[in-house]
Amino acid sequence: MTRARNHARNRLAALLLTAALPFAAGAGFAGEIWITNEKDDTISVIDADTLEVTRTIPTGERPRGIVFAHDYSVVYICASDSDTVQVMDPATGAVLHELPSGEDPEQFALAPDGRHLYIANEDDAVTTVVDTQTRAVVAQINVGIEPEGMAVSPDGRVAITTSETTNMAHWIDTATQKLFANTLVDSRPRHAEFTADGAEMWVSSEIGGTVTVFNAADQTEKGKIRFAITGVNADLVQPVGFKFTPDGKTVFVALGPSNHVAVVNAETLAVEEYVLVGRRVWHMAFSPDNTRLFTTNGVSGDVTVIDVASREALKSIKVGRFPWGAAMRPTKG
Amino acid sequence: MTAALIALRAILHREALRFVTQRGRFIAALVRPLVWLFIFAAGFRAALGLSITPPYQTYITYEVYIVPGLCGMILLFNGMQSSLSLVYDREMGSMRLLLTSPLPRWWLLTARLIASTTVSLLQCAAFLGVAALWGITLPWQGYLAAIPALFVAGLMLGALGLMLSSFIKQLENFAGVMNFVIFPMFFLSSALYPLWKMAEASPRLRDLCAANPFTQAVELIRFALYGQMNLPALGWTLLALALFGGVALWGYDPARGMVQRKG
Repeated sequence: MTRARNHARNRLAALLLTAALPFAAGAGFAGEIWITNEKDDTISVIDADTLEVTRTIPTGERPRGIVFAHDYSVVYICASDSDTVQVMDPATGAVLHELPSGEDPEQFALAPDGRHLYIANEDDAVTTVVDTQTRAVVAQINVGIEPEGMAVSPDGRVAITTSETTNMAHWIDTATQKLFANTLVDSRPRHAEFTADGAEMWVSSEIGGTVTVFNAADQTEKGKIRFAITGVNADLVQPVGFKFTPDGKTVFVALGPSNHVAVVNAETLAVEEYVLVGRRVWHMAFSPDNTRLFTTNGVSGDVTVIDVASREALKSIKVGRFPWGAAMRPTKG
Repeated sequence: MTAALIALRAILHREALRFVTQRGRFIAALVRPLVWLFIFAAGFRAALGLSITPPYQTYITYEVYIVPGLCGMILLFNGMQSSLSLVYDREMGSMRLLLTSPLPRWWLLTARLIASTTVSLLQCAAFLGVAALWGITLPWQGYLAAIPALFVAGLMLGALGLMLSSFIKQLENFAGVMNFVIFPMFFLSSALYPLWKMAEASPRLRDLCAANPFTQAVELIRFALYGQMNLPALGWTLLALALFGGVALWGYDPARGMVQRKG
């Protein structure tokens, strides 16, 4: 019954929000969601209001990680099989230049200074730091085997690399570009992210089926989130990408081939709801006004739009083959 | 008020009385689809989601898929139940009394159809209410748009019942109706599984399902529940309504149908 009541409350909130939406759109929240299609070597650009694909842009081979510069003047794309990071003009879709990235870049994070890119090189067991202005490699840091997840703390002092095979989160001091701590997590860590205040660092473990929360100050484990979806085999529940809502109270966690996104209370670490999306959900991005969440569903080749307030899937939009990464770009205001 | 309207009101009143006094019937009509929703759908639960087919815009669970089909089930069973009570009425004599009124017979039968469909609609509303409590909610426009769709579908299935009742002479034969009409109609439809799933098993079976008026009625309801209009489904449902209604009138025509056969 609690579920029903929650549901009713969520629906009411959604209704109110829908009613308020035209005003929100008028306030300059228009934007686009950029989706990398791993198998098509393209980016699908979705209009965040009309929920339609407006552009398809060719990229290097196997595009995965995607992140916009803080001023949205350029977009960085990990072209994994081209062994490069492409820098693209988001207005025209033209590749401006490429950055040295090390081999097989998969995910990266842009430091708060907007200048340094931290790139995980899956095949080389290193993290490459690239200066986007001089286009030069600043440092290469040896980490565990198959590094994947990348995060930089909000103050820019700490960078995190997670290594899929070593099952560790590696803590890098960005001043010295050296490791200062390694923390064990569950099997196959995929994605790492700091909370907005920098107090916590979260890591998802794909095979372990958990998300581990660390105290960033002393690298101790604060808690662990486990998932269970009725009717879905536990093997299929594989947490990968996740996103915090701007208020920091809620986390949406993509659960891979379980085809669900978990909604987690960031304070209590309790799973509040599971939202059904397309097949093999990877990563996600919020709309400019943060009312909607766009998830990339690799196997079904589509993007599911979730209403953040009601926690309901609204629509699934066909994109290219095997969509992977997602990033938002505001277009007005 | 004209005599025709008085008759309609009287028949509506009679059906309403039945609806209120026969609590068991109401509960049975509600429990049947709920059993399907809570038990059958749980057994067949596709927790990983069904592929997207219109009117759905994203992946849905199986419980969500079968709700329109279960509304159709309520209408189908109620249509049949109504025909059963017609047979009973005919045996007990109150039907004969009704049919001897000076009003045109088509109007009496239509009034009867409207009355039984109204009852079905109330049962559908109760079912959708319980489904909403269970967490299966629909857009509010859908609940409004579903009213005319359910009504048209209910009239069609009621007309089918009327048509059958004109050919059934005894109450006992109703079991035959159950076996030969309700079950094939229900299972050979899109109520429980989408048509593309049927096509995987056999394209011919799919065609058979698509031609089933019950499928068209369910699709009409399904689209309406999401605030959308499915014109082909509406067309087929109206066509079936005209056909079943026509045959029922023929069957109830004292000069040809029932009376003559009774001989």
